[in-house]
Amino acid sequence: MAKKKKKVPGLNASSTADISFILLIFFLITTSMDTDSGLARRLPQPPDPDQEDAQIDVKERNVLNVRLNGAGDLMINSDIADIKELRPRAKEFIKNEADLSSLPEKHVKEIDLLGPCYITDKHVISVQTDRGTPYDVYFNVQNELVAAYNELREELSKAKFGRSYEFLTDEQKVAIRTYYPQKISEAEPRNYGGNK
Amino acid sequence: MGFKKKESREMPEMNTSSLPDLIFTILFFFMIVTTMREVTLKVKFTIPSGTELEKLEKKSAVSFIYVGPPTDQLRAQLGSGTRIQLNDRFAEPREVMDFVAQERQGMMNQAEQVISIKADQKTKMGIITDIKEVLRKSWALRINYSASRRN
Repeated sequence: MAKKKKKVPGLNASSTADISFILLIFFLITTSMDTDSGLARRLPQPPDPDQEDAQIDVKERNVLNVRLNGAGDLMINSDIADIKELRPRAKEFIKNEADLSSLPEKHVKEIDLLGPCYITDKHVISVQTDRGTPYDVYFNVQNELVAAYNELREELSKAKFGRSYEFLTDEQKVAIRTYYPQKISEAEPRNYGGNK
Repeated sequence: MGFKKKESREMPEMNTSSLPDLIFTILFFFMIVTTMREVTLKVKFTIPSGTELEKLEKKSAVSFIYVGPPTDQLRAQLGSGTRIQLNDRFAEPREVMDFVAQERQGMMNQAEQVISIKADQKTKMGIITDIKEVLRKSWALRINYSASRRN
């Protein structure tokens, strides 16, 4: 029997478009495109329960007190200040360029790539909040403090390596970070001035 | 006579055979650039804005804690007080510890666990501090205050 060559009928693919449209719409609905970004911070380690409260003595000149009250007002050391003043104040404090006795003490420290440096490695910026402080005020304070560190690091990086901080090699970044270590401490909140 | 209509002309059909490919390309694009929305939000919040932000890398190591007042639909039952949302439900600050442990279980790189706090701007610091204390106790020390970029 001589077979006739049968022609295979073409598959009707006109609905594939509809199917893929449905898939597309499904993905559009269930996924989100926002890239998450935020201010990265590190919390201190939990206190050791066996250990007695070791009060670490920090000299007064080494501490920059940033206090926030329940209404969101800002106080730097002992004066009421605006949020805009925080960044320059913090930079001045961390840097202590003129080696003033009211600003953090400086020590000579040997840093790889930079040699012996005269730096304020003992400084602490203490942020104290009230339970009623609005979150965005607190966030802005943190943001300004991080900005102060970033600006100082950027300046140092330009001066020492002639390049922006983000383009440095890892070793160079470590050196810069050792020069300006980020020391923001957060005290336990207090309930300043009354109502929760 | 010349004006007799010739046989009715048919519109030539458009070739749509490449349409599925086109749509598939868009589909794959969206599958790659977007991430699955994992939870339905039960709290509403506007995150603060900042300038010194870092991108959250390694999405697989990130857990989110949402803080804010309940959404409009839920407000009738729950009031407008600030709530914490973990996964799909409301929680108390102390429950954060279990949440962190649970999240850590399913992670490949447990040491790199990051907790991202998405909190409303108007939240009072009290609740944030409570969360932070619990996070400290559960050794989830890398945190991230979620924010949007401002110029």
